[in-house]
Amino acid sequence: MTAADTVLNVSHLSLSSSVQKNLVSDVSFSIAPGECLGLVGESGSGKTITLRSILGILPPGIVLTGGSIEKHGSCAMIFQNPVSALDPLCPVVSQLVEVIRCHQKMSRESALVQADELLRMLDLPVSLERLDRYPGQLSGGQCQRIMIAIALACRPDLLLCDEPTTALDVTVQKQIIAVLRNLQHTLEFSMLFVTHNLAVASALCTSLCVMKQGTVVEKGDTKSVLSRPQTEYTKLLIRSVLPVPECGKEE
Amino acid sequence: MTLKRLLKTPSLLAGTVMLLLLVCAAFLAPYISPYDYTRQDLFAVLQPPSAVHLMGTDQLGRDVCTRLLYAARTDLKVMVLAEIVPFCTGIFLGMLAGYYGKWVDTVITFFTDIFIAFPFYLTVIIIAFVTGSGEHGIYITFMLVGWIVFAKVVKGLSSALCSEEWIAACKTIGLPGYRIIWGHLFVNVLPQAVIVLMTDMVSLLVTVVTLGFLGIGIAPPVPDWGTMISDGKTFIATSWWLSVMPGCAVVYTGIALSLIGDGLADIWRGK
Amino acid sequence: MTELEVNSCSVWYGSYKALDCIHIQIEKNKTLGLVGESGSGKSTLARTIAGLIIPQTGEIVLESQKLAERRTREQHRKIQMVFQNPDSSLNPKLTVRQILSEPMLFHKIVTRGNVESRCRELLACVQLDSSALDAYPRAFSGGQRQRIALARALSIKPDVLIADEPTSALDVSVQLSILDLLKSIKKDLGLTMLCISHDLGVIYAVCDSVAVMKQGRIVETNTAETFFRHPETEYSRLLLSSVPRMETV
Repeated sequence: MTAADTVLNVSHLSLSSSVQKNLVSDVSFSIAPGECLGLVGESGSGKTITLRSILGILPPGIVLTGGSIEKHGSCAMIFQNPVSALDPLCPVVSQLVEVIRCHQKMSRESALVQADELLRMLDLPVSLERLDRYPGQLSGGQCQRIMIAIALACRPDLLLCDEPTTALDVTVQKQIIAVLRNLQHTLEFSMLFVTHNLAVASALCTSLCVMKQGTVVEKGDTKSVLSRPQTEYTKLLIRSVLPVPECGKEE
Repeated sequence: MTLKRLLKTPSLLAGTVMLLLLVCAAFLAPYISPYDYTRQDLFAVLQPPSAVHLMGTDQLGRDVCTRLLYAARTDLKVMVLAEIVPFCTGIFLGMLAGYYGKWVDTVITFFTDIFIAFPFYLTVIIIAFVTGSGEHGIYITFMLVGWIVFAKVVKGLSSALCSEEWIAACKTIGLPGYRIIWGHLFVNVLPQAVIVLMTDMVSLLVTVVTLGFLGIGIAPPVPDWGTMISDGKTFIATSWWLSVMPGCAVVYTGIALSLIGDGLADIWRGK
Repeated sequence: MTELEVNSCSVWYGSYKALDCIHIQIEKNKTLGLVGESGSGKSTLARTIAGLIIPQTGEIVLESQKLAERRTREQHRKIQMVFQNPDSSLNPKLTVRQILSEPMLFHKIVTRGNVESRCRELLACVQLDSSALDAYPRAFSGGQRQRIALARALSIKPDVLIADEPTSALDVSVQLSILDLLKSIKKDLGLTMLCISHDLGVIYAVCDSVAVMKQGRIVETNTAETFFRHPETEYSRLLLSSVPRMETV
């Protein structure tokens, strides 16, 4: 894969802080257009700061000590806790309109039209178009959809997702995964999906990258990583997904 | 809080050393001071600092350095004694209010709001009228109003801690309220209360000095920094050392206490 | 034989009804799993059974004895709980030794003479080294803290153990070992357990029967096998179908 074929190319990335060297060390992966890469790992694996380094929003004290990040396109990010990622004192549609106007330099009326389109695309209540509401008045799932709408308003080539379903109920999680999958097909963006849940990653991602304590221990396309894991750690993660029997009466 | 921790925190180390030096000097005043603090030498009035009198002499020929050291004993003693009762009362009431909440909190907050309304210096003056000027007035006033700041801080901290799961665990085990408060809550609120104590002691010191300056503090012939500064104000243009030396002593003590408070806060935050 | 019974319990927070007339039964030496989404009231129910919340109506019956609002020391001892968040389940200013010995000394399970050996036994039971006794909670990982919390709960020999989301705050690789520990402890000590989780995988791994909660009500109660294979209500089917499954498995 040449550089031009990739939306993102991370090569030999290393991140350190004054307290801890090698928060992330020698991490390499790339994402092709339309692909969804899952970055799977537990706490301390470095997956979240790898994501933040791509967007350049590292916490203070953490610096890039090696490697490079090449982006061929724009990026947007959605976060783990939807309610706290939105401004609590600003109504949600106004936040969406603000982002649209900022990125696409259009008038308020045209931005509102586009915002309505995004709201419909994300199956948000029609009532929001008429009566704007604050994040505290919406459910977790609805806030997450608003966050996705805000991210997509920037028309990104790459959507970075930082555990977007971890804080949600399992039924809402299923809906958000379906929304992301459909939008990815429609709008044709790539995704980098960070999660600790292998099952969620397998539902959405075409390829996987397993991280442990700052390094990549295994990567490849999803089917082969899950059916033929090469490392002990990956096998452990697969074993840790607790089985739930198939429902006899499931529709 | 180990010695190692103390040595690794610069502000705490500096503050502790400064305070220790002061306390030692005050304690050893009878042994290290060159003269008797009441001794008057009318042939050596208003002498500037020199080899004979390190900090000069005052209008009655008394050695300023000696008086400064003895004043340290007085002021430090008052500072500590005046804080003991408010510190204990405030922590106790704060924990009760924070742990039990509801009506207990309402009652304690009611009293906090009443006492916080007392204008401090007015209260001291009234009490000084009633009991005569001197240390008693300061102790009584501080017992009445000094506990409020501790109660407020400890109450906030206790309320927050009571939503932690280890408090719920104590309750499921069946431990009674007083045992949870004394055995578990107290040890968690104490560090923060001590930090507040350091800051409060600085303001108490300033209060004692101000009262001395106003002439309603500690009575002569017991020297105290406030009365020394006040006595020196008449001569401020010509014999600056009379007010400046005790003033520096006050500043020194305030800095020492603040550094200790800062250092403790750093350690506590680091945890 | 029923060990624990909750009869018509309701809990209100002001005008908000957190629990609506709850009826559940747990048989001796069995594990009941309580599932539901956020806001379903499962944590409220757990805390009510543990005695932390007093229900406005209804009663809790343990071994045919109705539990009073202000429980006796012995009644407290019989129902213990392990909480969700390992970072706040242990008093940060006490050593592990103090954390484990206090409940035992309070309930006079041991004397001062043999409290040390009993602490070591407890740590061995949860697969921790006895060198942990002198350390403070901050020296341990989340999984280890959860084990210490479990040891604390077991120290006073309860009859009923409530595990409130015991693994949800832990890394996935550690989950299995904690669940295995719960299962073996339950078997060895003959405990009756109530396990609360939003993760159906955890429930399937540990529980004999399942109760589903939604908005403060129990919508379905069944044995685990029946619940997972043939759920009776629409909501249960929705929950089961929402579980993300790994496609190659």
